[in-house]
Amino acid sequence: MHLAYPAVLSALLFSTGLYGVLARRNAILVLMSVELMLNAVNLNLVAFDVWLSRAAEETLHSGQALTLFTIAIAAAEIGIGLAIVLAVYRNRGTSDIDKLRDTAEGHETDGRGTDGSDSEAPAAQKAEATA
Amino acid sequence: MSLAAAAAATATVAHAATTAAGATVAHTATTAAGATTTAADTHGFLSPTGVEIAFLLVGLVTLGAAIVSVTTRQLVHAALWLVVALGGLAVEYLLLTAEFIAWVQVLIYVGSVVVLLLFGLMLTRAPIGRSPDADSGNRWVALTVAVASAAALVWVVVDAFRTTWIDLDGAAAGSTEVTGKALFQNWVLPFEALSVLLLAALVGAIVLSRKAKANPPAVVTSAANEPADNETPASGTAASGPAASGTADPEKEGAR
Amino acid sequence: MTTTTLAVLVPLLPFLGAAAGLLLGRTTPGFVRPLAVLPTLTAFALAILVAVRQGGGRSIDAATELTPTGSVPIELALHIDGFAALVAVLVGLVATCVQIYSTGYLRDDPRYPSYAALVSLFTSAMLLVVYSGDLMVLLVGWEIMGICSYFLVGHYWETPEARAASIKAFLVTKLGDVPFLIGIFALAMDAGSFRITTVLGAVASGGLDHPTLIALLLLAGVAGKSAQFPLHTWLPDAMAGPTPVSALIHAATMVAAGVYFIARLLPVFAASSAALLVMAVMAAVTMLGSGLAALAQDDIKRVLAYSTIGQLGYMTGALAVGDRGAAVFHLLSHGAFKALLFLAAGVIIHAAGTNSLAATSRMKGLRDRVPDAYWTMTVALLALAAIPPFSGFFTKEAVLGAAEHVATGHAEGIPGAAGWIVLVTGLLTALLTGAYAMRLWLRAFHGRGADAPDHGKQPLAMNAVLWLLAVPSLAFGLAAGPLSDWFDGRDLTPTLTTSVLGTGLALVGGLVTYGAWKHTTALAARVPMGAVAAHPEGDAAHVEAEAIASHAPAYGDVAAAPDPADPGRLLLGPLHRHAAVGFHLDALYTTLFVRPVQAGASLVRFLDREVVETYVHGAGAVPRLLGAAVRRAQTGNVQTYVSALLAGTVVLTVAVVLVATGA
Repeated sequence: MHLAYPAVLSALLFSTGLYGVLARRNAILVLMSVELMLNAVNLNLVAFDVWLSRAAEETLHSGQALTLFTIAIAAAEIGIGLAIVLAVYRNRGTSDIDKLRDTAEGHETDGRGTDGSDSEAPAAQKAEATA
Repeated sequence: MSLAAAAAATATVAHAATTAAGATVAHTATTAAGATTTAADTHGFLSPTGVEIAFLLVGLVTLGAAIVSVTTRQLVHAALWLVVALGGLAVEYLLLTAEFIAWVQVLIYVGSVVVLLLFGLMLTRAPIGRSPDADSGNRWVALTVAVASAAALVWVVVDAFRTTWIDLDGAAAGSTEVTGKALFQNWVLPFEALSVLLLAALVGAIVLSRKAKANPPAVVTSAANEPADNETPASGTAASGPAASGTADPEKEGAR
Repeated sequence: MTTTTLAVLVPLLPFLGAAAGLLLGRTTPGFVRPLAVLPTLTAFALAILVAVRQGGGRSIDAATELTPTGSVPIELALHIDGFAALVAVLVGLVATCVQIYSTGYLRDDPRYPSYAALVSLFTSAMLLVVYSGDLMVLLVGWEIMGICSYFLVGHYWETPEARAASIKAFLVTKLGDVPFLIGIFALAMDAGSFRITTVLGAVASGGLDHPTLIALLLLAGVAGKSAQFPLHTWLPDAMAGPTPVSALIHAATMVAAGVYFIARLLPVFAASSAALLVMAVMAAVTMLGSGLAALAQDDIKRVLAYSTIGQLGYMTGALAVGDRGAAVFHLLSHGAFKALLFLAAGVIIHAAGTNSLAATSRMKGLRDRVPDAYWTMTVALLALAAIPPFSGFFTKEAVLGAAEHVATGHAEGIPGAAGWIVLVTGLLTALLTGAYAMRLWLRAFHGRGADAPDHGKQPLAMNAVLWLLAVPSLAFGLAAGPLSDWFDGRDLTPTLTTSVLGTGLALVGGLVTYGAWKHTTALAARVPMGAVAAHPEGDAAHVEAEAIASHAPAYGDVAAAPDPADPGRLLLGPLHRHAAVGFHLDALYTTLFVRPVQAGASLVRFLDREVVETYVHGAGAVPRLLGAAVRRAQTGNVQTYVSALLAGTVVLTVAVVLVATGA
């Protein structure tokens, strides 16, 4: 099989994931897109590992080992990421990342003071609602 | 949870996977041998082998599913299309004779990660139907960047690997035995370090999703029923917690 | 102890007293008065001892070089001749009297410790100037006096007059000191040494290359210090200081430093007849102008200030005709009687509660309230007007005699014109002196109207000092014979012609003034005016500060009062208006110097604000604009950031690939 096939597929998947990361509004969808990108890389790793191990240039199967590690780390990442998204959602009442603009220039004047005080109540309500 | 599932999967499904992958590999090997068996230069793009055609078709499905997944306006559908894309990738792994990774992919991604993502969608009260604002205003910039990066990557990759040929004949490059040997002969130390990392991630996830219940006693009543429901995402990861330290063991045993 | 050791101790003791007074003034107030009086008194005694040992004979010279200072060495040198010994005695006497007087005058002043220490420091600096045999060391004392006078004139710094006066005194004397410093350097370069003896030796052997230039440069500094025209304007304003300070600084010591300096270096000046002529003209203008101005002043101390300027003009005139003996002789007697006049004026101001002659001329019986001041002041005024047999007569006749000596062509190397100028203006000034002395006496003590207020007895310390100073004012003239040995040996006894002329003119001036006073005094009752200090029960310094501060609001001017009963107004006629303000010299200086400098300052300010700062603002504006543009990108949206980051990454990657493949 031509190496170009998996390589091109990987590149296209990566770009798709990239688009998702940049274009999606919901934080969980962004996480999905990140998974897509990771998988694209995994495909690349596996393809090159197969090629190189067949060509007897590399016998350690580092590509496949690294893929396994990546999968494990991706699982951990999705766990942490979801925990963060949930914490943000609980505090802010939203998981839309383009509404989390605390680092914007001049934010202190209109944000923080109101945000911190009245986000407690809706957060509690939302937490209840999730039940 | 993910690793626990992976470990269980490895232990039980390994044999079946090897047999199924072996059949596919045998098939491709015969068709490829029918065309040519010589150097990479002789293989043209206009005369694709069967494996290549299969790869191409599955790849189209995968790519399509991925694109739908990042563009659909229904959030839950996005997660489901992601399942298709990840499953397609698992098939691609099989076509590349990396059967162990293929099954790990199926188990961990399709089985746990997507489930976690769906949990997350539900916990953040994501709308079930079409939500017109699923994409941010950054879309056109994102499209430009994505297309540019795709063009650049495809161009570079094609230019570099136009003539490279993967010889898929012979024993599977990614059978459980081969992968197990490589993992526990050459990659033991990173493997163990990874288990530590997973433990740290586990603890971190618990800490992050735990509610700060120290301060107001007045909220105790509401807090009393919340933790049980509210820690669901945490308990998702927490469930893998006790198993996480044990993760390495069944996996090792399964590999052996 | 050797005479040299004693002479070193003379300036050193007041200096140590000043240092101790400044250190201990706050913590141990009990020591302040002894620390102020005793060192000065001891220095006075030692100065007498030095004078006795020196005895008018050979000058005492001692020098030690502290450190090598290059081509022109600077040495700690003593040079005590008859002039130095006697002037030191005068300084010690006046300083001691002033210190004793101040203990009464500033009895309740909270700033007395620093005041006394500064007076001691001032005395020490003057003694250093007197004894120093090295021009650089002399300059040190000279400048210390300048800064001390700044502090002391500004003693009542709560009043705006005192603040302005202290700054003016400092700036004007410094204006003279700049050319003075250059002159000293030029002199030292020509003579090859800062030692006075070496310089004089070089002059004697004709070693000076630029005598006129040097003499004129030095003369500028002397004019500033000794309040000679055109740099005299600071002295009348400096009367805003406490009266003892006026007595010490502006009558006997600091202004005497300039005259004394010329007396020391007279051969340098005498080497240039142009310089002598300039000095003569300067002295003439000073004498006449100050005499007329004194006749128009209303503030009693300003009358005395202008008379000081005039008497200093006599001394400068004596130096212009090359007779430093006469000059220093007049300096000595003038120091005594002018200090007496000032101190007595302080008593009057305290007793009357005002410094205005217009107010005292409407008080009856002031002389009965302060009999000591009345009698001693009468003596001093007679001495000032040069009426025989008081000391001023002998010393002024010595000056006039020297001028006549030159005018009649008996002196070698000194232009006869200088003699004539000094002689004629000196005689005219004698007339004016008699007039304003008489006016002061009449208007201060012979007022008519309400009874003078009774503020109790004057402190003993103040009255005793007056009588102590009255002795030399009375009898110093008798020393004319023996003293000529101390000086250059020239005869100091009066000659007949000048005596008759001078005394006659002074008497005429006094009598005319008396007549005018008789004529105008009836007007006084019709025009009531006057203001007295608000707190007459306070100590003298307090009363004086209030009197000075209230003069301008009460009479419309710090110097003059619109009093038709003033005989000076009748005598001067249309000149009075100009004389009262010092012939508009201050206004002239304002127009000539102050305004251009202020205009230049505002120009510089304009350049700084509008031109230089424009560049600064421009340099800041460009980054600020860039910052505003960049800040626009700071949206807080993470996706935007990542988009930009990845777009950049793609661009860079493509660029790297293109470069790597050589495309």
